[in-house]
Amino acid sequence: MATEAGDGLVIRPMDQFIVKPLFGDGPLMWYTPSNTSLWMAFSLIAVVLLLVLGTARRAHVPGRMQMIAELSYSFVFNMVRDVAGRDALKYFPLIMSIFVFVLFCNVLGLVPMSFTPTSHIAVTATLALAVFLSVTVLGFVLHGFGFLRLFWISSAPLPLRPVLAVIEVMSYFVRPVSHSIRLAGNMMAGHAMIKVFAAFAGVLGFGAFLPIVTISAVFALELLIAFIQAYVFTILTCVYLRDALHPAH
Amino acid sequence: MEGDITQMGALIGAGLACTGMGGAAIGVGHVAGNYLAGALRNPSAAASQTAMLFIGIAFAEAFGIFSFLVALLLMFAL
Repeated sequence: MATEAGDGLVIRPMDQFIVKPLFGDGPLMWYTPSNTSLWMAFSLIAVVLLLVLGTARRAHVPGRMQMIAELSYSFVFNMVRDVAGRDALKYFPLIMSIFVFVLFCNVLGLVPMSFTPTSHIAVTATLALAVFLSVTVLGFVLHGFGFLRLFWISSAPLPLRPVLAVIEVMSYFVRPVSHSIRLAGNMMAGHAMIKVFAAFAGVLGFGAFLPIVTISAVFALELLIAFIQAYVFTILTCVYLRDALHPAH
Repeated sequence: MEGDITQMGALIGAGLACTGMGGAAIGVGHVAGNYLAGALRNPSAAASQTAMLFIGIAFAEAFGIFSFLVALLLMFAL
């Protein structure tokens, strides 16, 4: 995204994150089809292609698509069972949908000229708030006011408990903030870094050997980070779910 | 190069807030290093603890994210 404007090099790595309406340039309302919703739809289509069409044949010897679909299924299944416990498997569909959606948004955002919906705090905050609200409501539905034992740490000495309760309540309400900004920040920083190096390569022209090598390395790193951030988002959802299911420490 | 002094202060503060990322880097490195040290002592227990590794990294990273948040607020919300 380098543009030679007047004097010297101008790098605009943040231009890729501008939300534009798809048709015309009218005002951006919540119902306007924009590039965010377009790429979210693309990732939804990719999820359907992988998980529904990939497993449609139900072959005994799985092909490549079915292998990846089964692998991702068992990966998330084991994660929910190990982190949140066996009784959390009831909520496995929610966590699986969060994982594949975030993963495909992250990975499709690495396609050149594409758009990353998860680089926007508005998108990730919606996901994180949905997790936060549903987990909190679930805790109160399952345990009533016993859910508040989550903040009253019975293993701590009695004089310390009110202080810890204040800290626990604060950290509980900070959860959706860190949950959403972690994903958005990682995605935004990584993509901006790729664009900065790409701008160097664009300026150097044919002599751009070093920036291109660097971009390749950074791109591989970004692929890893796209996966790890989806994993971290999902595993934190599992941790929050475990807290709602077993509030007593 | 024009602008008022409030904006200058906000931008300097945003730059200073980025030093918080160093703390997050120390924290993440500490978690990962200790995990590796433990995994080399007892490799058979390592695979069962990778989930804890990522949870620990995520919690350590959260405080670096707060500094990023402060920088964003200073740059765009002030």
